[in-house]
Amino acid sequence: MTKIKSLADLKKMKQDLQSKIALREKSDKPEGRVLVKVAMATCGIASGSKEVMEYMIDELDKRNIDAIVTQTGCMGYCYAEPTIEVTLPDNEPVVYGYVDLKKADEIIEKYIRNQELVEGIIPVNYQTIEKDKEE
Amino acid sequence: MKELSLHILDIVQNAISAEAGEVVIRIEEDTAANTYIISISDNGRGMSPEVLERVTDPYYTSRRTRKVGMGIPLLMHSAEQAGGRVTIRSAPGEGTTVEAMFVHDHIDRPEMGDIGGVLVLLIGGNPGIRFRYEHRKDGRTYMLDTVEVQEVLEDMPISDPGVLKYIREMIRENLAENDII
Repeated sequence: MTKIKSLADLKKMKQDLQSKIALREKSDKPEGRVLVKVAMATCGIASGSKEVMEYMIDELDKRNIDAIVTQTGCMGYCYAEPTIEVTLPDNEPVVYGYVDLKKADEIIEKYIRNQELVEGIIPVNYQTIEKDKEE
Repeated sequence: MKELSLHILDIVQNAISAEAGEVVIRIEEDTAANTYIISISDNGRGMSPEVLERVTDPYYTSRRTRKVGMGIPLLMHSAEQAGGRVTIRSAPGEGTTVEAMFVHDHIDRPEMGDIGGVLVLLIGGNPGIRFRYEHRKDGRTYMLDTVEVQEVLEDMPISDPGVLKYIREMIRENLAENDII
């Protein structure tokens, strides 16, 4: 592979990049992308969230899964960092805790690909509080 | 934090929370003067003198999800352990600058680590923010400006995984070639 050393080199790679991006944009349901949020506050960073986020970006791309990986602040689960929130199209978000690279791989293969829930889910308690208020 | 680049990732999160549109990360290594300076400036909403006074207190945070704010105290601890110090300048509406100085050859100064990876995560996670990165070491310099990168990319999204991979490679190549890291 050609080494990218300058912006001029990056410009040369545009065609290659454009074809990949066009493929993604042509997917049947652009609104149906998987959304992965990685908690990236002090607690997460100190526990390895950088490696988890890099892994999710690289692996979802390699495995041709149409996803947006982004970062968020502390979700309040400092004890369980690194934490990630995964939202599959037409599904409620699911938060996973203690995510290392092995767990991240399992989440991609089982949950994101096959919608099978994986061990390590953190119950989202704020929804219960909201429900209680309504009752 | 095991590496200085992780402190940078952490401190920049504060700038993002402060709704900064531009973040400047400067690293200046001077082996003759034996200093290693990291400076992170943003044009976010800044802090009042009252908040600034409390920002080094680990039991103070402006967030509601938890009661502790460890980012700045951890950086201070790391700098002081390596014979340095942290200074913070901030004013409401004018942004914030956090500067950490380390003694370059101090045995307790953490390594920089994967700064290329950190920059790419910041750029990819916050495509709307302009990031400028300047790394100087004994007269050699590498600079990256996301506005220039976006100009080259034209309408291609800077946060695309394929684009980010190339940007990460470009940063690593330049830092290695200039013998900066």
